[in-house]
Amino acid sequence: MQWLRKTAVWLDDRLHLTALYASTAGHEVPASAGSWFYVFGSATLLCFIIQIVTGSILAFVYIPSTNEAYTSLQYLNHAQFWGWYIRAVHNWGSNFMVALMTAHMIQVFLFGAYKYPRELTWISGVFLLLMTLAMAFTGQVMRFDQDAYWGLTIGASITGRVPLIGAQLVHVLLAGPIIAGETLSRFFTLHVFIIPGLIIAIVSMHLRLVLTKGINEYPKPGHPIHKSTYDAEYAEILRKEGVPFVPNAVGKDLIFAALVIIGILACAFFLGPKGPGGPPNPTIVDTNPRPDFYFLAIFAALALLPDWMEVIILFAAPAIMIAFLLLLPFISGTGEKSAGRRPVAVLSVIFIMLTIGVLAYMGETSPWSPNMGAWSAAPVPIQYVRGRTPLAMHGATIFQNKQCRNCHMLGGVGGERGPALDDVATRLTGPEMVRQVIQGGGNMPAYGKKLTPAEVEALVAFMETLHGRATPPAQDAAPPQNKLPRDFAIVMPRAVHASR
Amino acid sequence: MIAPNNQLNTETEMKGNTPDPSRRDWLFNVGMALNILAGLALAAPLIGFVFSSFAERKDPRSWISLGRLENYPEDSTRIATYRNPYTRPWDGETADIPCWVRRLKGNQFQVFAINCTHLGCPVRWFKESGLFLCPCHGGAYYEDGARAAGPPPRGLFTYDYKVENGELWVKGGEMPTLSNPV
Repeated sequence: MQWLRKTAVWLDDRLHLTALYASTAGHEVPASAGSWFYVFGSATLLCFIIQIVTGSILAFVYIPSTNEAYTSLQYLNHAQFWGWYIRAVHNWGSNFMVALMTAHMIQVFLFGAYKYPRELTWISGVFLLLMTLAMAFTGQVMRFDQDAYWGLTIGASITGRVPLIGAQLVHVLLAGPIIAGETLSRFFTLHVFIIPGLIIAIVSMHLRLVLTKGINEYPKPGHPIHKSTYDAEYAEILRKEGVPFVPNAVGKDLIFAALVIIGILACAFFLGPKGPGGPPNPTIVDTNPRPDFYFLAIFAALALLPDWMEVIILFAAPAIMIAFLLLLPFISGTGEKSAGRRPVAVLSVIFIMLTIGVLAYMGETSPWSPNMGAWSAAPVPIQYVRGRTPLAMHGATIFQNKQCRNCHMLGGVGGERGPALDDVATRLTGPEMVRQVIQGGGNMPAYGKKLTPAEVEALVAFMETLHGRATPPAQDAAPPQNKLPRDFAIVMPRAVHASR
Repeated sequence: MIAPNNQLNTETEMKGNTPDPSRRDWLFNVGMALNILAGLALAAPLIGFVFSSFAERKDPRSWISLGRLENYPEDSTRIATYRNPYTRPWDGETADIPCWVRRLKGNQFQVFAINCTHLGCPVRWFKESGLFLCPCHGGAYYEDGARAAGPPPRGLFTYDYKVENGELWVKGGEMPTLSNPV
């Protein structure tokens, strides 16, 4: 055993391993930092390492060419030994990484860890957040299927809205005038070389700052920090209750790390890889492009914003948000750290997470998108045709054939773009319906050119029957002038007149 | 940078603040200058390579045949596909670009890009209601391409077209965006 000891001493003499250990893994941290709340950062880094390992392995087989990528993904899924599983681990690793990074960021924010003297740790973390999101977007492109193709189109269309140099930037983004040839190579380079390289560089700085400026002590309510006294206070904390990170404070990180790995592997094993979906063939227009969940909130915002706001929100809002995040440690660099004494901080986190969550949910359900198949596939609820006149039943057919159902629900089935029409007769009178159908308005196209007067009459006759049994239909405020059945000839000229 | 300056200071102090540039100083300055030149020589082609779209002014579009006129009956709207003229051998099916061809009467056509003017998703034609509908954010266009509803800021992008030798030709080759509408 003497030779083993000698080798170790020789290696340590040459590589200074003991000194390296003492200044890194063995560095002193406040005992209070050995908390379950402090495990998210190391877990995010762990995910990144898993992504590097699985990504490198996938790159053994994956071909970053628009012609071959889809086939190589299918090969990975179905032919390569364990290929589907490594793809799944890479996909779930990215989901976990984004989730844990978000948890880490929230924890750091709520524990005031971004305050003096850890401003740069926070700022480098903001860049890591942006890089991770860039990895998520470029990674979605690597899964080169229909969603990737149309996701790129959306990215190019957003870029095309940049004033003055939009057209050139689109060419830079796509590496050409269309999505083809070099586009995928460009995104592969970003996803595999450039952004991971930047992440490694920034993570190194991030970790270096953790060592130089120390880990944040567990904040105590009523202990605001001041620039003049904090450094001495922190030194005092380390002197009194400082413990080496390894082995004293690393236990919870270790347990959480194992749980994260098991979680990723379990999700990968039981839920499998994501896609690829349909082939990236733009001529298949029967598609329903959706981004991965990280970008669903933005996708939803783009559907819900009024159009005059879009360019502002697309370019100004991200710039303001990033600037705010970068400036945060200078805006509130001192004072109270504990979340218990920072109600605005807590409420901001809740508000932002709720906003993102609700938008992502809306992006997932996309109520603004027409239900493209409802007109031919969804049956008319039987209670809406039972006992109806032939005219009304003809109207129901027109309702379906003219694809009204793609945007309007009946009986809970159909599009949600427009209002459900189950009780439309309680809201609109016959003449109002005619006007709405012919002229459109309120985000409904005008159908005056696509419907004959007879079709409008039948359609309105059908819709006039759509009210609850106990709910009377809507009436004009004016007293009824005659009790005759509604005569289309009386209504039509007025509506046509209005449409001019 | 810092180390040579520090050494320089001690040296000049030792020499009693004489201002003559030392040999070391000369080597350092020439070395820096050479490296800046070499760095520029390295960077220029790299930047030019990646951002070539800012330098190249060549129009990527050209005339493409969409086939015989008989394929497009009057008063109808049909999908057509062309092979993008800007191709690479490894494009695969991504270079097959669809578009909507509307033939009015005789040689009167409207050829619409597939991309919604909002964010580029593929619009679908619904003959019965005479609408193009977008699956992403619910944009809707009338049969003449005019904006009908939803978030699109304008009507559908239209290609230039011509009729020659009984065939319909369009000028294509570039993804349409708001800053570059076909």
